[in-house]
Amino acid sequence: MRIALFVTCVNDLMFPDTGKAVVTVLERLGHQVEFPLAQSCCGQMHANSGYREEALPLVANFVKTFSAYDAIVAPSASCVAMVRESYPRLAPSPSVSAVAERTYELSEFLVDELGVTDVGARFPHRVTYHPTCHGLRMLRLGDRPRRLLEAVEGLSLTPLSGAEECCGFGGTFALKNPGVSGAMLADKCAAVVATSAEYLAAADNSCLTHIGGGLSRGSSPVKPIHYAQILASR
Amino acid sequence: MSGNVVTRLPFPVAARRELGDEQLRRNLRKATHTIRDKRLRVVGEVPDWEPLRVAGAAIKDDVLARLPDLLEQFEAAATAAGATVHWARDAEEACAVVAALVQATGTAEVVKVKSMATQEIGLNEALEAVGIHAVETDLAELIVQLAEDTPSHILVPAIHYNRTQIRDIFASKMADVDATTLTDDPPALAEAARRHLRSRFLSTKVGISGANFAIASTGTLAVVESEGNGRMCLTLPETLISVVGIEKLLPTFADLEVFLQLLPRSSTGERMNPYTSLWTGVTPGDGPQTVHIVLVDNGRTDTLADPVGRQALRCIRCSACLNVCPVYERVGGHAYGSVYPGPIGAILSPQMSGEGANRTLPYASTLCGACFDACPVRIDIPQVLVHLRQSGVDAARGRPSAERTAMRTMSYVMRDRRRYAAALRAARRGAAPLRMVAGRRGALRRLPWPLSAWTSVRDAPLPPKQTFREWWAREHSS
Amino acid sequence: MSTRPDARAEVLRRVRAAQPTAPVRVPRDYAADDGPAGVELVDLLVDRLEDYKAAVRRCTADALPAVVGEYLAGAESLVAPAGVPETWLSSFEGPVARDSGALTVADLDAPGVAVLTGCAVAIAQTGTLILDAGPDQGRRLLTLVPDHHVCVVRVDQIVERLPAALRRLADPTRPLTMISGPSATSDIELNRVEGVHGPRRLEVVIVS
Repeated sequence: MRIALFVTCVNDLMFPDTGKAVVTVLERLGHQVEFPLAQSCCGQMHANSGYREEALPLVANFVKTFSAYDAIVAPSASCVAMVRESYPRLAPSPSVSAVAERTYELSEFLVDELGVTDVGARFPHRVTYHPTCHGLRMLRLGDRPRRLLEAVEGLSLTPLSGAEECCGFGGTFALKNPGVSGAMLADKCAAVVATSAEYLAAADNSCLTHIGGGLSRGSSPVKPIHYAQILASR
Repeated sequence: MSGNVVTRLPFPVAARRELGDEQLRRNLRKATHTIRDKRLRVVGEVPDWEPLRVAGAAIKDDVLARLPDLLEQFEAAATAAGATVHWARDAEEACAVVAALVQATGTAEVVKVKSMATQEIGLNEALEAVGIHAVETDLAELIVQLAEDTPSHILVPAIHYNRTQIRDIFASKMADVDATTLTDDPPALAEAARRHLRSRFLSTKVGISGANFAIASTGTLAVVESEGNGRMCLTLPETLISVVGIEKLLPTFADLEVFLQLLPRSSTGERMNPYTSLWTGVTPGDGPQTVHIVLVDNGRTDTLADPVGRQALRCIRCSACLNVCPVYERVGGHAYGSVYPGPIGAILSPQMSGEGANRTLPYASTLCGACFDACPVRIDIPQVLVHLRQSGVDAARGRPSAERTAMRTMSYVMRDRRRYAAALRAARRGAAPLRMVAGRRGALRRLPWPLSAWTSVRDAPLPPKQTFREWWAREHSS
Repeated sequence: MSTRPDARAEVLRRVRAAQPTAPVRVPRDYAADDGPAGVELVDLLVDRLEDYKAAVRRCTADALPAVVGEYLAGAESLVAPAGVPETWLSSFEGPVARDSGALTVADLDAPGVAVLTGCAVAIAQTGTLILDAGPDQGRRLLTLVPDHHVCVVRVDQIVERLPAALRRLADPTRPLTMISGPSATSDIELNRVEGVHGPRRLEVVIVS
């Protein structure tokens, strides 16, 4: 099986450690991972902001870059949702659908394709988990990330109240409607702080950047972390 | 394409005004969380909920596919049963038809069942202009009318008021209530409404309603309600006038078996609402002996013409999407500037009002998807929101826009491996001096416009010293 | 007011011009029939009625007059549609008005008036009574204006779910009223409060 890492543009520039963590976990499980350098951005921001015309070249680039792989794994629920749910609508064709169907969010790939929940990680900390909107309601990740985290040695998972509610990021929403976004963020941050967890984990660094930015502004000690990095720890 | 569906203020501006109201935010939070929990409980009781949703969506799609025939069928059946059917192209025409019908009865006061269609067309204002007073009889509509306010929710137009505020409105505006003894106990408030409206129900000659469903094969109309004010208005007056959007049709009576399961659980979170009334034209000796039905377009055919957007016409006005929406919960219905607020309003209002107006509404969402999950007729609201954003962007392609320039530039850079790698390098290097500014926290507190909106309430991270692809290249170079 | 042929033609023209979708197949994979027999429908109906604050009593046909009489104990007068059997109200000692279409709203709104009816069908799963203006149910205003409604349900009138109930109705074009508990509102902070414009006392007698 040829496995490609789709690291996503946000992670490439801002959160390389998340990409490294995916490589670590998959290699630990005995798989080789390739990183096709032609990859860039899935085009989610363009498409969701209404710029279909600008998104299409990025769709084409993604499909061309990844069509040779059996599995494309990404540490981002929203980017995978873009590829799997929106690509076939934006650019309907058999080749697009074929690549879209083989694109997995990390927890889907580990739990469903590899049949693994214990990846041999150790992370002796209190962690709370925010199931991001696209992971929850577009990919229907369900309890997969939770099961992976629960199998981590030393980790104690504390429940987050109102976990299923959006953090208020929404891509350009945070810029177009900063007031509403800020009000949603304040409630999410309060819920995170109330867990007294050391780490806030999620399947999307964009949401973590948003909540983390709010926590940092509020001088909260809770540290945002992509759950892949927890799975890579030992 | 007229009536109360066009917003006057851009959503972000109206939202800012509403966000400043702490009391409003508390009221909305309490009410929406109450109804969310109730809805989840009663929906969880129904093992075949998903098949019901699928059937509900398909029945409505079928109606839209056969709308011309079903409308004619409905008209023929209702007429045969003794009703008079009228047609209206837009809000003004619908109001004129109703006003003329009321004037012909010689009465100056009508009682009204809560109805979104009449809110949409601005009927009360139109009647007032010709000297006819319309008395709203639904408790929440009555509160809004007494407060001289506008509705902020599809199901509970007074959701923005708590019990104490409602008590104060009743105490100051109801002539027949004793302000010194009225408490804010909900049963006491319900009792006050009962007394206030009783004599009007028993004496008013004309009732005005909408309809939740209109059955094409029989000409039957249905009103789903709780308080009994609907039954009063539908049963006691001599004349009944019902204003019905053309998308309210269902092909057959049997189709109600789907919608009467979907609607109550989705809207009030009840297994069944207290009262549902169905009537077919005129029944001799029982109920109004003069029955009129006004079929209204008012932008619905414009919505129908859009293959993606037309799914909004499946809507059965349950408000489940409002109740689960995190944006609605923070700003309330007034920020949407239309009688249709919340997620459904953000896709319905712009389509009904035509291009140009309501342009900011499709952006009033994080696309979190809670609305689609809650929708009993599976309207993919996030999909339609994105579709409407796209239509807006495409319509504005002739004009200069900083956002489009940015999107276009990013797309140009990102579609090519070398340009993209160079841009990542440049971004990483460009950010290097900012590390000094960021200090120990490693985050920025202030960014220039337009990113200043981000740093208004949150810090921004800085890129680390090495991009992922730089790390990968180094790791795999040997 | 005459109809407006121009508006009618224009709306229909617009609908046709909108080119609605291709024919749609409706998948009906929901439970269209009642569950297997043996489900304790009466228990379920009682539970659901009580949940929505209706009072319920179960009795045999022989005991029916006495049970109805107890529910009507405080009533000053009773209204009954023409088709209500004489035995149902035989224990009521106050004045009884049989409605032949002549009772006025004022008659029905007088203090202490109760109404006694049967029903067409009852839905156990939702605690719903459906009245279809049949001879033992009468005109719609009879069960609306009085503040106290006693409804007799025969066990053989109970179905489990809504789809079966709608199929039981003899003629859907008769005026129909579906009643689930006494009048209520959810308009104050979205909590259900009983007692607004419809009858505030709803009492159900289930007779086997």
